[in-house]
Amino acid sequence: MAFTFAAFCYMLTLLLTAALIFFAIWHIIAFDELKTDYKNPIDQCNTLNPLVLPEYLIHFFFCVMFFCAAEWLTLCLNIPLLAYHVWRYMTRPVMSGPGLYDPTTIMNADILAYCQKEGWCKLAFYLLSFFYYLYGMIYVLVSS
Amino acid sequence: MWASGREDRAMSAPGFTNLNSSSSSSQDSTPNGGAAPLYQNGPAQTYPYMHTPSGYYGAPPQQQSYPTIPAHSTPAPNKAPIMNRSHSANYYQNNQQHPLPQHHVASSAYSAPPSSAPPSQPYTTLHYSAPPPSNAQFNQQSFQQQNPPYATPGSYCGQQSYHTPPAQHSQQQQQQPSLVPAPAGGPGAPLYPIVSYPSAPRSSHYGTLSSYQSASTLGVLPTQTGAPLHQYSTPRSASTQPGHSVAPSSQPTVNGSTAAQAIVPRHYDQSHQASLSYDSYSGASHSSGGADADRPPSGTPSASVHSSPGHHQEFEKGACHLTFIVCYLFPPHPPPPPPPPDGYVANSGASSGSVTASGPAAAPSSSSSDDDDDEEEDEEAGGDTSSSTTGSASPVLNSFDSLEGGSFPDSLPPSSDMTNQAQPYSSYSYPSMQPAYQQRPSSHTESSPSHNQYGQPGYQQYSQPFPSLSQLSAALGGLSGVPELEVEALRPVNLLQERNLLPPRPLEAPEPNLSPDLKKVNCSPQTFRCTLSSIPQTQALLNKARLPLGLLLHPFRDLQQLPVITSNTIVRCRSCRTYINPFITFLDQRRWKCNLCYRVNDVPDEFMYNPVTRSYGEPHKRPEVQNATVEFIASSDYMLRPPQPAVYLFVLDVSHNAVEAGYLKFFCESLLENLDKLPGDTRTRVGFLTFDNTIHFYNLQEGLSQPQMLVVSDIDDVFIPSHDSLMVNLKESKELVQDLLTSLPTMFSQNRETHSALGPALQAAFKLMSPTGGRVTVFQTQLPSLGAGMLQSREDPNQRSSTKGVQHLGPATDFYKKLALDCSGQQIGVDLFLLSSQYADLASLACISKYSAGSIFYYPSFHYIHNPAQLEKFQKDLERYLTRKIGFEAVMRIRCTKGLSIHTFHGNFFVRSTDLLSLANVNPDSAFAVQMSIEDSLADTSLACFQAALLYTSSKGKRRIRVHTLCLPVVNQLSDVYAGADVQAITCLLANMAIDRSISSSLSDARDALVNAVVDLVTAYKSSVSNLQQSGLVVPAALRLFPLYILALLKQKALRTGTSTRLDERVFAMCEFKTQPLQQLMRIVHPDLYRLDNMSEQGALHLNNTVVPQPPLLHLSAERLSRDGAFLMDCGDAFYLWIGKCCNEMFIRDVLGCPSYASVPPNMSHIPELETPLSERVRAFFDWLQDNRAFSSTIHVVKDDASAKATFFQNLVEDRSESASSYSEFLQHVQLQVSK
Repeated sequence: MAFTFAAFCYMLTLLLTAALIFFAIWHIIAFDELKTDYKNPIDQCNTLNPLVLPEYLIHFFFCVMFFCAAEWLTLCLNIPLLAYHVWRYMTRPVMSGPGLYDPTTIMNADILAYCQKEGWCKLAFYLLSFFYYLYGMIYVLVSS
Repeated sequence: MWASGREDRAMSAPGFTNLNSSSSSSQDSTPNGGAAPLYQNGPAQTYPYMHTPSGYYGAPPQQQSYPTIPAHSTPAPNKAPIMNRSHSANYYQNNQQHPLPQHHVASSAYSAPPSSAPPSQPYTTLHYSAPPPSNAQFNQQSFQQQNPPYATPGSYCGQQSYHTPPAQHSQQQQQQPSLVPAPAGGPGAPLYPIVSYPSAPRSSHYGTLSSYQSASTLGVLPTQTGAPLHQYSTPRSASTQPGHSVAPSSQPTVNGSTAAQAIVPRHYDQSHQASLSYDSYSGASHSSGGADADRPPSGTPSASVHSSPGHHQEFEKGACHLTFIVCYLFPPHPPPPPPPPDGYVANSGASSGSVTASGPAAAPSSSSSDDDDDEEEDEEAGGDTSSSTTGSASPVLNSFDSLEGGSFPDSLPPSSDMTNQAQPYSSYSYPSMQPAYQQRPSSHTESSPSHNQYGQPGYQQYSQPFPSLSQLSAALGGLSGVPELEVEALRPVNLLQERNLLPPRPLEAPEPNLSPDLKKVNCSPQTFRCTLSSIPQTQALLNKARLPLGLLLHPFRDLQQLPVITSNTIVRCRSCRTYINPFITFLDQRRWKCNLCYRVNDVPDEFMYNPVTRSYGEPHKRPEVQNATVEFIASSDYMLRPPQPAVYLFVLDVSHNAVEAGYLKFFCESLLENLDKLPGDTRTRVGFLTFDNTIHFYNLQEGLSQPQMLVVSDIDDVFIPSHDSLMVNLKESKELVQDLLTSLPTMFSQNRETHSALGPALQAAFKLMSPTGGRVTVFQTQLPSLGAGMLQSREDPNQRSSTKGVQHLGPATDFYKKLALDCSGQQIGVDLFLLSSQYADLASLACISKYSAGSIFYYPSFHYIHNPAQLEKFQKDLERYLTRKIGFEAVMRIRCTKGLSIHTFHGNFFVRSTDLLSLANVNPDSAFAVQMSIEDSLADTSLACFQAALLYTSSKGKRRIRVHTLCLPVVNQLSDVYAGADVQAITCLLANMAIDRSISSSLSDARDALVNAVVDLVTAYKSSVSNLQQSGLVVPAALRLFPLYILALLKQKALRTGTSTRLDERVFAMCEFKTQPLQQLMRIVHPDLYRLDNMSEQGALHLNNTVVPQPPLLHLSAERLSRDGAFLMDCGDAFYLWIGKCCNEMFIRDVLGCPSYASVPPNMSHIPELETPLSERVRAFFDWLQDNRAFSSTIHVVKDDASAKATFFQNLVEDRSESASSYSEFLQHVQLQVSK
């Protein structure tokens, strides 16, 4: 049992995934608030937009870590999400600041539903990957 | 904002004690209540006349509340410095670097201001002073001037402090005589009247260059009381006296029990007798003068003309208006306050005068109206004193022209009928009046409050006990079919075989399959229209039908008749906040069931009293329950802040390019002409701002001898040089405004500056307007090239006719969008006039209007000499634009029956929440579309309802709610869905969806989607409904035009490919699709084609003694044209009159006034007024076509050999064009797709 870089990676990602789960929940709540008319879309977008890039960067950071640690399987699991993030950010509406959400279109039922669905899917993904990282960490710790 | 008005105010019991009091008590509405309608929206201005007879109670003396001083607007003087402070330092730096030393700091002018601004506050000095070196002209001017005319501290102060009475100003002026002479001296001076900039170093920062001396007399604004008064009061000398004595004198025989009653009948009488119903009317019943005075003076004459019945057809609509007046329970209005000099006052005085006349004894208690400063207080006061309901219906006139068209019952045929009716009216016994009323098409006989006013014996017959249509509605709704219609709508049509699909007359909206009672009260299809007039029960059924479900709304449309209800309690559902409407159900006397959420609500006590019949216990007869479109006067519950005045800011491009285009002169002329017709009241404020590479503000503060220009050259960090004097009260500073408008065109005629700092100018406009909100009108002539919001040219001219995707349909920057959202938040609407001959990136610029609920106008290749057609259009549009109604601080909520939900909105607005649109401004010409989806099955209901409620502040500073309710049957059969399909609405909704698609995805995607819509429909119909195994393309008759309309859509500028289309024009066409009302849009998409040279009398309409021929519609195909004919194409915004080569000589001679075909000038753009019968008929037809549209269309006479015919032929959508297929080819393509 040794404390390898891979184990360190997993431990760190565990923490960070917890943060990502929080982000996902935050998004879901935010969109739900929009849908139920509690918040002004402008305010909501202003609070959500700054969170987008950090989330993406954290996830990108994982991938780099796993790449360095040569955890290929884990990396492969994360690549699709990474690609999705890249695509999502490339196709964002024209805006000067960082972020994805445009207050003028966010209330469109399709977009709102999409964002909500995206939130749930990410939440599920992060939850599953949280347990996977937990397992991975123990596995790495035990096996090495 | 919306929600704030939730609590229904329960009616206090005491209010009912008054119930049976004499009518006099009823006359006095809550001051605001009654009065409000009078002043509200533009058209409403006319009302006073109409209301008075029925004792439209004392108008609230608004004038008092807003005396000439724009008190509400006073931002504390110290505010200004604060704003500036941040900039000052910065700016100061800049100045220092200037070659011209402008160390103004020491300048006496500033150091001394009594306002205790620290001298170091660079307020004035810095900002105004620095003319950028590049701006040679400015510099020149400023230096020529040695005298700091404005330098005296006093003057500065004066500017800032709001309340300074005019007198003081004049003193100040006198103190500075030196100012005046300066102007003439400079050689260049005449051009720049007003530059107020630094002259010699240290001298002063306020060089006022008065190159142009205004003859304005200080402070004294002409009050227009006198003139209009006389104008209207003419017919009867007796009547001219404000109200009081009139009634008795003119109708001695009146035996009405109260004076009020007497008045009204007389009023009817008059309106009927005289062709000048207007005059007699106003004169008699209303202390006419007052009401008139309320209106802008210049407007009066024209208005009066229109209002005289029989004027022309337009009139027919405009003039006959229903006046419902329902006002009861109110203690009599107190005697009018002594009329202050200005028009407003006179008005109120007058109307109240009439009231007093009607009410024998003035009850002391309701003193509320006199002091009206504060609307809410008023409202409260009214409620407290009387605690009762006032329902009143008043007409809303179409436009300012018809403003005064206040003659009586709505649809009374104007001329001969009226005289006939006079008899019954004059007899005063109620029943005999009946016949006249029955003629009204809307025929809510019982509900017309005016009757009720004399709720006399005749009345019982209407007060049947309970079961009313509202109660029956649920039972009847959707059941009583109109089988014949339905069968016809479902008749399978094989498109490949039937060639003549067009109906002879333009299509009408399909009638929903409802019971007659419900049909009668349902919302007008022009206001509210659904793509499927039978709502499918489930989403599955909707999917099967392959048709979009959505609404097309034109909520703020100019209406000819609109019941206005003033009530302390606006009855709404407790859970979903739906306004009570004709489609609710009364379970019993005390409870009603909401038709949207099915909650059972209590009927408030107040609602039990029906002001229409003046009886208790008839809630189902109240106007709210009798009309699908009503307007409420909202109480303070519906306000976030006191209603703001109408504020207009004009932002004008004066760069070299703009000067070249020459629009400025025409804008100024038009505004000068319409200055008095700008909707508003005594509080109305205006401001001007011009920009090239700098931003110029204009100080128009009352008391100045001439406008003063303040230049801000720091466009990176815009600030407002002065806070109080830039937006000025129109009434007080009218002369200055006029001076400015007269001089503006010449001021900049030598401008060589080519850059345009639109972004900073808009930022400045935003800052200037944010305290009040209002309307910003931007004129732009080129691509913004400086400062924030700078844009690059993105158009590649070689790609204009590309058949592949079109790039750059979306904005290049989000600057304008963000600014628009900020504006929207501050209730500022931005309207954009783009007059550019070059690419100006409308896709980006349009965002400023799109999200602030503005309108967009585009005049490609505008030039005042080279393009007279555009100029004419610009002028006409501008006139309409300036004078049309406007609502501020608006929100619109759309509610629908539980189970339905809103999917997407289309139009110009900001979507504030799932069903709430925030509209900084709302104008009568913009429409909205809404896509709906069915979330839950509607199986347990037979009716689906939609309610659009628009809450706005009228230009008169009243908060109003306009509520439209549409009721449609729910069906569970696919065939019924098809039978109720509204092909025009579907086309418009699809067009909106296609525009969205082309921006978010790509143009070719959108085009494919449109074609697929046709393919899907045919497939779905084939597989599900039509059992006939016909070959060919079979569609239900209701949708037989669908493929044609879709093809027409594909050939529109917005969506076409392959034909050279400039990007801006394409984007503009897209914007039009999003905002134009349905009728207009359909004319653009599929123009109406008529043959004019052989019009027959057959089927002609007879309106006001004119015969309007009704030629049949022709298919848009060249094969329908013939060389010997003359054809009119009505494209919505333009008429094309195509003259064939061998056209009948007589037609050319009689209609065009030219001897032969060859002599018809190539650019003819009007139809001469000739006395020949043919010409009269043609013109009558033109007028009739013009009638219903907001913006008048230009006429182009197109000769067959002229180059202009390209435009004409490109509208023949059924023919093949260079890049698009013909109709038959399109059908074949569809068939191919279907059979795949």
